[in-house]
Amino acid sequence: MADALFLAISVLTIGSAIAALEMRSLVYGSIALMGTLGGVAGFYVMLDSPFVAMFQLAVYVGSIAVLILFTVMLVKRELIFKKIEDPKRKFAGIGLMLITILALGAIILDSGVKTITTDSDPVDFREIGGDFLTYYWPALILMALILAGSVMGALVLARREDTIENEQ
Amino acid sequence: MSNELIEFVLVSIALLGIGIYGLAVKRNAIRMLFAVEIIVNAANLNLVAFARFMPHSGGQTLALFSIAIAAAEVAVGLALIIVAYRMYKNVDIADFRSLKG
Repeated sequence: MADALFLAISVLTIGSAIAALEMRSLVYGSIALMGTLGGVAGFYVMLDSPFVAMFQLAVYVGSIAVLILFTVMLVKRELIFKKIEDPKRKFAGIGLMLITILALGAIILDSGVKTITTDSDPVDFREIGGDFLTYYWPALILMALILAGSVMGALVLARREDTIENEQ
Repeated sequence: MSNELIEFVLVSIALLGIGIYGLAVKRNAIRMLFAVEIIVNAANLNLVAFARFMPHSGGQTLALFSIAIAAAEVAVGLALIIVAYRMYKNVDIADFRSLKG
């Protein structure tokens, strides 16, 4: 059975995921999204994967959430507090969510996943570091190039072209 | 391990359902990006949970790659939202009419 810590983290994660989508203000919504991402980092610690948890905290909670907060600040004030959604679609969306959760949950509960347990030691994070630098090094270089390219692409996209013309 | 695999998988399914709800209902582009992030995190949680119960290091490695690619995706997605906001003065995706090919 699940222990109290697991239940607390899952309530935090799922509750703040709902809050991130349903809160009226986008600023509070992005702070609630931080709660979800931090809760997932807590799950990683419970799964004996501190390396991934640290990565999650540094990349998601540290940078992506702050990037989203800054983007929200660039948007007009009325838009931050206005809820933009289709009322007609709301019930369809809730139905879709329930169908997804119930169908996938029934399939998973019916499958053999329920009986899987382990007594083996967790994977050492030194092994992951070794993997990165030996077997996965082409993928690591490719990922670095993709990150550099995407950041440059984001900068080029968000550049204002009209400011230079206005100054002249 | 005091917790079983099935519990982590059920939490991941709940996060996936919430993300699908957000993508279906919300018309605010920034909120839809939140929903995408929640779905990506559900997938990563599944990867790490199954990797712990194998046990194999490949799942954690794939989760790390996935987190890095998600960071790139958010940077480009937010830049696109800012460009669209500058053109339409709105973040409602129903207003982005001329983006329809």
